[in-house]
This record gives sequence, structure tokens and C-alpha cells, in this order.
Amino acid sequence: MSTTPPREPRRARPVPTPETQFHWDGARAGELRLQRCRPCQRAYFPPRPFCPRCASRDVEIVRASGRATLYSYVIHHRPVPGFTAPYAIAVVALEEGPRMMTSLVGLPQTPEALVLDMPLEVSFQKLDDEISLPVFGPAGSGS
Amino acid sequence: MRRRAVAIVGAAETTALGVIPHLSQIGLHADAALNALADCGLAPSDVDGIATAGESPTAIALALGITPTWVDGTAVGGCSFMLHVRHAAAAIEAGLCKTVLITHGQSGRSRVGAGGFGFAPSSLQGQFEAPYGIAGPPSLFTIPCLRYMKDFGLTHEQLAMVAVVQREWAAKNPRAMHRDPIGVEDVLASRVIAWPFHLLECCLVTDGGGALVLVSAERARDFREKPVFVLGTGESVETPMVSQMEDFTTSRAFRVSGRMAFAEAGIGPREVDHLMIYDAFAHLPIYGLEDLGFVPRGEAGRYIWDRNTAPGGELPLNTNGGGLSYTHTGMYGMFALQESVRQLRGRAAAQVPDVHVSVAHGVGGMFAAAGTVILSNEPG
Ligand SMILES: [Zn+2]
Repeated sequence: MSTTPPREPRRARPVPTPETQFHWDGARAGELRLQRCRPCQRAYFPPRPFCPRCASRDVEIVRASGRATLYSYVIHHRPVPGFTAPYAIAVVALEEGPRMMTSLVGLPQTPEALVLDMPLEVSFQKLDDEISLPVFGPAGSGS
Repeated sequence: MRRRAVAIVGAAETTALGVIPHLSQIGLHADAALNALADCGLAPSDVDGIATAGESPTAIALALGITPTWVDGTAVGGCSFMLHVRHAAAAIEAGLCKTVLITHGQSGRSRVGAGGFGFAPSSLQGQFEAPYGIAGPPSLFTIPCLRYMKDFGLTHEQLAMVAVVQREWAAKNPRAMHRDPIGVEDVLASRVIAWPFHLLECCLVTDGGGALVLVSAERARDFREKPVFVLGTGESVETPMVSQMEDFTTSRAFRVSGRMAFAEAGIGPREVDHLMIYDAFAHLPIYGLEDLGFVPRGEAGRYIWDRNTAPGGELPLNTNGGGLSYTHTGMYGMFALQESVRQLRGRAAAQVPDVHVSVAHGVGGMFAAAGTVILSNEPG
């Protein structure tokens, strides 16, 4: 639990750091970018300029396929700035291995429609000129 | 079993519990500290070690007029107090200090002199979790549960039963915030907070606090209350981002911390008479029972459904009513420890017969951290 002041009544917006800028640049360009360790050949997330498995700094930036499956979620029923309840807060498993939190788009936000392990694919939701968020919808719906 | 080197000799909660608008957060720390010191007949001037979370140990030292020679401000969330017990035991054994005071206080409900919930927008949570509509623990802590439900067949009814059984314990406890009996249907009919979680599967929000006083086991015999010996402890962390847990059906931090505590105590789960598992939400006792080795993987929902943890069951669990029915100030770990001490002293409201070994297991953040403390009332 942090001790920062209560949030302002507006939508939370990411502020990139030098280590994460490539990810947000990619999202703005419509690409989901991950890092991959050259020695391990393993992709990882969230961003950091070294491999979380072997600590090598020999890492490259790769464009992810955008394909994922639905790992878990909740359907949130309380008001949050920028969202209309009820809405899903989801975690998806990317084809490359890592998981990320996201929103589910193009689907009713109901337990019936949101089935664990269903195939999903990435699209991007523009918040402003700097930030676009990777979000996921049904695979094959075109993004 | 290993030699008991350190004991809890003072333990108390705040004078009031629940809604305490006339005290600020630090006032709650001080109220609990004075109660715990009175419990063991000591004064603040006898204390030379301080540990706390939520406030800085510096603020506690000033408030109480303490001059410490050992300080621990470890703050990893609601299980911080389990870690403080572990660190204090090590410090006393090492001779760094003689009398440690651990304090907790939080104005979770009245928000007097309290902080809020939020992530810095440039933190990893701020960049990669907060933008998706999260709003505090009910929207984050709950996310792994559907995966567990699918992989192990845990039913909504079994999840609801966690709250039902804990309410049965709370009914025996006059200090519990909610004591009216509830059934599985009541839980499932309560308002949806974050599906699959209903209101009655989420913890309370209260004001309160608690404090502990620890000394060497040698000295402990001179105090008026029966000492409660620290038998084994463990601690670990996993990830501040719930989305990055290794596996949504088990907590690595729980497993590491639990294994360490049992190894140090030299006992196994079968030798435990009473158990507290930090229940910020109804799924946590299920994860805890399995990750600490009390129940095989995937069977905890059934175990609770079959009333094994209920009054009269073989493994009394969360006997104060837990965070779901007793109290939850925001960092509940101190209250789990307090109930373990009460049970071992034979003074709990819902006293279980023949408690010799009690385990208090805590979580911090959203599965971010864990601390396990194994206590016994038997001298080494
Ligand atoms: Zn590597």
C-alpha cells in the first residue's frame, strides 16, 4: 500500500521512463514491442534493459505477434474515472510467453462472453498523442 | 523442535476497534503500543527496539519517547508485522537490543491522518496495470482467482463458504465487526464488487491497530502473562505487479515463507493446532492452506466446504472472524498475530481447546509478499 495522495478524478495515464519508452513508442505506432534476451532467446515483460533470467544486458527489441490467450480476469463493478462499469480487468498470456494486464475490447463484459484460454489479439486504444494502450479483442476480428 | 530463544510477552490491540474517528493513524499506533506495554508491565523507556510499517519508526519513537538502538521500518504491506517478528527475534538473539516493540495502526475507515491508494504513474504498476481501470485491492488481489477456479474446479459456492465459516467464528467474538450468521446464498446474493467476488467475499474496512512486545525467552519467564515463544519464521516477496506472478494458482512467496518457517521450527503442518491466514479476500485461505502444506493442491475449497476449518473442525482457521468479519484496517497481519497469541494464552473469545502451536501467515500487497510466524506456548 503506498502513501501517495488520493488519485485525482481522471483516468490513470502511464508516464514512460527511459527503460520503457520503446514499448510506448511501439504502441503509438501500432506495434506490441517486447524485449528478448539474445543468450536465452526468451522474451520478457515488463521492460528492463537486462534479462530477468540470466542478467545479460545483451537484449533486443522484438515485435510481438500480438496473439494471446485469456489467462484470468475480474469484472469490476465500481466506478473508476475513464471506465464504464462493469468492465473487465484482464491478464493475457502472450504467444511469446510473457503475461500482461489489459482491457478486453469487442466483447460483452460478461462471464459468459469472457472464457478463459480464448484466443485474443492485440489492438491499440489511443489515450492521447503520446500514449496508446495495448488492448485485446477476439482473434481474427481485425485490429 | 528448535530452542525457543525469543518470546512475545506483551500483546494488545487498540482500545476500540472498527470506527475510531477521534484518533489519527499515529494515535492508533500509540494507543496499541501503550496497551501492549501495559499488558507486560513495561514502560516506553524500557523499549530499545522499534519496528513498524505504515508510519516511520522515527515517528513512533518520537510519539512514545523511545530511544531505540535497533530500528526496522520494513514495509511490504499487510504482512510487514510478520517480518518484524522475524527480524526482531534475530536482533534479540544477536544482542542488538533487548526489548522490541512492534506497532500497527491504521485509520482505514475514517481516514484520519492516513495515506491513500495509488501508484506513481511512472512506476511499473502505474504504466502497465493502473491504466486498465484498477481501483485498489478489490480490483487486483482478486484477478488470479478465476484461473484457480478453472484449473482446480473451485466453485463459487466453495469460495462463498470461506466467508460463511469465518462468520461462524466471528459470531463467537464480541469484538468482531460483523457477527450475524450468513449462508452461501447470502454471500452469492450480495453485491458484485469484482466478479467473481461479491461484497461478503471482500474484507472489511476499519480503523484500529495492535502492538507486540518481544524479549529473550530467558527474560520472558519474569513477565506476568504466559510467554508465547517464537518457534519459526519465514519471509519472501514475489512481485509488486499481480499480473507478473509466476502462476495464478499458487503464491511463490507463500510457499517460500511457509517452508522456511516450518523448517526453522522443525515441525510440519500436522503439528499445528490453530491457524491464521490473512484473508483480505475469500480466496486467500484457499491459497494459504495449499501453499503452506496443510492441504494438497486443488483441495482447499473442498476442505473448507467440509467444515474442517469451522468451529469443531480439525484445523481451526481464522478464529477471530478474519479480515472478512473481524476487522481489516488495510494491513491486517498484526490482527492475525494477535489472535494467535490470544489462542496460545488461552484467552481468545472463540477459544479452541488445547492450542500449543499456532501459525500466523500474512500477505503483503497483492500476493507481493509473505510472512509466516509459528508460535508455541510450550517452553523449549
Ligand atoms: Zn537471458
